[in-house]
Amino acid sequence: MKADIVIIGGGVTGSAIARELARYNLDIVLLEKEDDVAMGTSKANSGIIHAGYNADARTLKGKLNVKANPMFDKLAADLKVPFKRIGSLVIGFNEKDLQVLKREKENGERLGVRGLEIIQGERLFVIEPNLNPEAKYALYAPTAGIISTYEFTIALADNAVINGVKVLLETEVVDLVTEGSKVTGVKTNRGEIKTQVVINAAGLYSDKIAAMSGDDSINIRPRKGEYHLLDKNWGNFVNHVLFPIPSKVSKGILVTPTTHGNLLLGPNSHDVDERDDPATTASGLDEVYSGARKLVPGLSRSDVITSFSGLRAAAEDEDFIIGPSNRVRGLIHVAGIQSPGLTSAPAIAEMVVELVKETLGEVAPGKEIHLKEDFQETLPTPVIFNEEYETGNLDGWQKLVKENPDYGEMICRCERVTKGEIIRAIHRPVPARSLDAIKRRTRAGAGRCQGGFCGPRVVEILSKVLGISPLEVTKKGAGSEILKACSKELIRRAGDGDEI
Amino acid sequence: MSRTTIICIGCPKGCRMKVESERGEIKKISGFSCPVGKEHARKEFENPTRILPTTVRVKGGELPLVPVKTAAPIPKKLLLPAMREIARIEVEAPVYTGQVIRKNFLETGVDLVATRDVKRETSDRARITA
Amino acid sequence: MVMRFNYDLVVIGGGPAGLAAALEAENSGIENILLLERDKYLGGILQQCIHNGFGLEYFKEELTGPEYAGRFIERLKGSKIKVKTGTMVIKISKNKEVLALNREEGLLTIRAKAIVLAMGCRERTREAILIPGDRPAGIFTAGTAQRYVNIEGYMPGREVVILGSGDIGLIMARRMTLEGADVKAVLEIMSYSSGLVRNKVQCLDDFDIPLKLRHTITSINGKKRVESVIVSQVDDRLRPIPGTEEEIKCDTVLLSVGLIPENELTREIGIDLDGVTGGPVVNEVRETQVEGVFTCGNVLQVHDLVDFVTEEGEIAGRAVSKYLKGEREWRDQPVRLEPGKNVRYIVPHRIDYRDKDRKRIKLFMRVKEPGKDVKIKLRDGTGKVLLAYKREIVTPGEMVTVFLPEALIDENMSRIKISIEKEGR
Repeated sequence: MKADIVIIGGGVTGSAIARELARYNLDIVLLEKEDDVAMGTSKANSGIIHAGYNADARTLKGKLNVKANPMFDKLAADLKVPFKRIGSLVIGFNEKDLQVLKREKENGERLGVRGLEIIQGERLFVIEPNLNPEAKYALYAPTAGIISTYEFTIALADNAVINGVKVLLETEVVDLVTEGSKVTGVKTNRGEIKTQVVINAAGLYSDKIAAMSGDDSINIRPRKGEYHLLDKNWGNFVNHVLFPIPSKVSKGILVTPTTHGNLLLGPNSHDVDERDDPATTASGLDEVYSGARKLVPGLSRSDVITSFSGLRAAAEDEDFIIGPSNRVRGLIHVAGIQSPGLTSAPAIAEMVVELVKETLGEVAPGKEIHLKEDFQETLPTPVIFNEEYETGNLDGWQKLVKENPDYGEMICRCERVTKGEIIRAIHRPVPARSLDAIKRRTRAGAGRCQGGFCGPRVVEILSKVLGISPLEVTKKGAGSEILKACSKELIRRAGDGDEI
Repeated sequence: MSRTTIICIGCPKGCRMKVESERGEIKKISGFSCPVGKEHARKEFENPTRILPTTVRVKGGELPLVPVKTAAPIPKKLLLPAMREIARIEVEAPVYTGQVIRKNFLETGVDLVATRDVKRETSDRARITA
Repeated sequence: MVMRFNYDLVVIGGGPAGLAAALEAENSGIENILLLERDKYLGGILQQCIHNGFGLEYFKEELTGPEYAGRFIERLKGSKIKVKTGTMVIKISKNKEVLALNREEGLLTIRAKAIVLAMGCRERTREAILIPGDRPAGIFTAGTAQRYVNIEGYMPGREVVILGSGDIGLIMARRMTLEGADVKAVLEIMSYSSGLVRNKVQCLDDFDIPLKLRHTITSINGKKRVESVIVSQVDDRLRPIPGTEEEIKCDTVLLSVGLIPENELTREIGIDLDGVTGGPVVNEVRETQVEGVFTCGNVLQVHDLVDFVTEEGEIAGRAVSKYLKGEREWRDQPVRLEPGKNVRYIVPHRIDYRDKDRKRIKLFMRVKEPGKDVKIKLRDGTGKVLLAYKREIVTPGEMVTVFLPEALIDENMSRIKISIEKEGR
């Protein structure tokens, strides 16, 4: 296999870069080691589109966040991703906090963040009635928003595929091939791809990828953040993204509604050694819950429907690392992308496009690059029962069922997802091949019963549509098969051996 | 003299009863609080039996399995051998509730019977009778 | 266009409660009845409960779950009740209009004069009890595993640890063992099993499966598939005791940690739920605060005997008939039934009607703590003991029932308090 560009990593960064590069006449391959895109940091974060007031103007974080924030209205509309500009509040409890808020506000204004305002007194509780009554001040940022982070990533990748990018799932990079000090290819578990330009968007593993070329300039220090997600009957309990006063490395444990109407609490922040250990801990979740209660005391833990954690891919000096490797030509690092990485992704992608043009000019001087005329900006409008139902378009759905009865078979009762929607998810440009991938695309299994009802039904649909045995259906890729054996297989095998 | 403890299943009290025996012959039963308990202890000691409910594979059915049971209790020690034997059985749909799957199952004098109807597979669609 | 129908009675849910309610309503003279079931088959969860032990109260014989359901499904065939399976109810409005969805008709709205809510319950998940750790494949609620094993024909695991010793957990321990899996242990956070003694003996002891009381899972390990669990002993306040951790290797965790009545539709109608039962607040005929909307079975209170579910369905079915025929006589004031000492809840919550035909009202309740040699005392508003029943044993796992004779209900009475007290006090 050959490609003009190979992107390593199907997170929000790699997917945004893939889509942006797909505007040009380039052969692009995106490699993802997991069975779906958005499987690392992009799957488990707060889903906040930050206003951008709190980063240092001299850093990439500061510049790119502010640049990217306004891009989300068009992006979300084009890609049909749930996004709401609900605004954020940083909550202060005393005079000292107020000084911090004032500093943040000035910093934000210097960066060009619009609409920042310090709110105090009664008005605070008019706009946020369930806020801790002891709160006194808040920095209001109207441009902050919430997005479904994995749906955004999947949509970017889907759109990239529609525009010609090849996304190879369960394809892990095992080595970078160099000749002299130039990249010539990428070795994967599925074979080698010849290329002159490699973009390292490998998130938590971006230092490992760099090291494959002898470049040891990156050092990723994973930092874990744990979350609680509350039932949908809590979705209206707060109206904004609520932050505490930030610490040096983290914006703190926040409370926010999600785009689907749940309530999200978290994250805490702990440095960890392992990059693939997203386990939650009892003490961590306690920390999250008590942290969230400081902002919103009326929360109830009995309505937690799921808990999870994500790992931030923090680089040593905390800023993004975006630029060509100083060791090998043709390798571009996009590493250390932690918060506000989700927000910055569209601006990062634009920046990387320029870097790619420069790099191609160096390593492939004959290559002529131009915009494609047939680039498709948008994804088709998804078919979602719950949305048609909420907006009252029952006759429209009725027509759909008559055309395809699968839209009349309700599979997930909690989130109201039909069989037709699930089959559609399996056929998306980046296909859903596992239970979790179906959940991220359709919400089947994301509700209060957490797949207890729909799990067996989704396994059956996946097996039928993919033409595989139910025994081969996984939760999240190879090794996570859901079922262990056919009925009677175990007892028959036991019978062949000794008495049990 | 040997002692065996048997927990009564007659009611929520769950009396812990003691059976004293010599060469398999009951000498004394104690710890029960009613005649049902005493009788249960005797039976559990001499010949413990259980109804075995399980499933049998179905060929050509709308479901892959049909639930079955032994029509009467069988000796407890036969439960696992019975499961291994049942693992080998496959019946052809349709199957009806009460249908004998194996007569005199494992020479126990007890039949293995179906406990649900399983029709022949027609289509994958949900049935509607409106 | 969305299809429209009219029925006298719509029953939501074709499990034992809904089946009993529909059949009994027809028996009592209601003709135009529709039964809606979301699954392909009637019978509800009974169809996957292939074990025996059902029907001892109602049929006076021991049946398996499918046999018990089959009896009612047979009766249904001889009735005029309309059935739509594979039909999910989306919404019920206060004016008794039901919106549902199925493959054949798509969306349908049904106007009903009366509704019986019989949606049953769902299982609590890992999150309901906050078990931290990894999120691999191999974690199932016991009921989901039961469906895989008994209906779908697959084994969800080989080496199994079960958390929770309620009846479903115990039944699944035996079931998995019989099908060739290795059940390493059943863990129970309380100091007693909440399952029936009979199930403890015949599901665990028969197969030498250890029951570890006062133990819980404090972490689940495994990146892709469950590899082990960390099990800890708990203290009197049910908190894990540091230093007691033990690792058990397994590929599967089954959770049997409680059931939650499935009342999302109910809540949307605007019906109040009892914080303890998780079910609607009802009067003695299982009518909710919305006149003409009745409820029965596990959606009202989680039962441990299906026989009681049937009985409750029949109460609701008869009540629908009286309601539609206008044959009801309200009391001047309702009698509230109040849980007293060691009573967690009572169903019904109040008595609304006068009924000379009935001799007594059956009251269902659960205790908070196990007790031996107790008296169940019913007191009126003045504290006078109206009636007392002796019980040798009460446990939270087994519902307690007593009868309240109609003759004892005074016209001026506004409340009856029930407490369960140690005898001799």
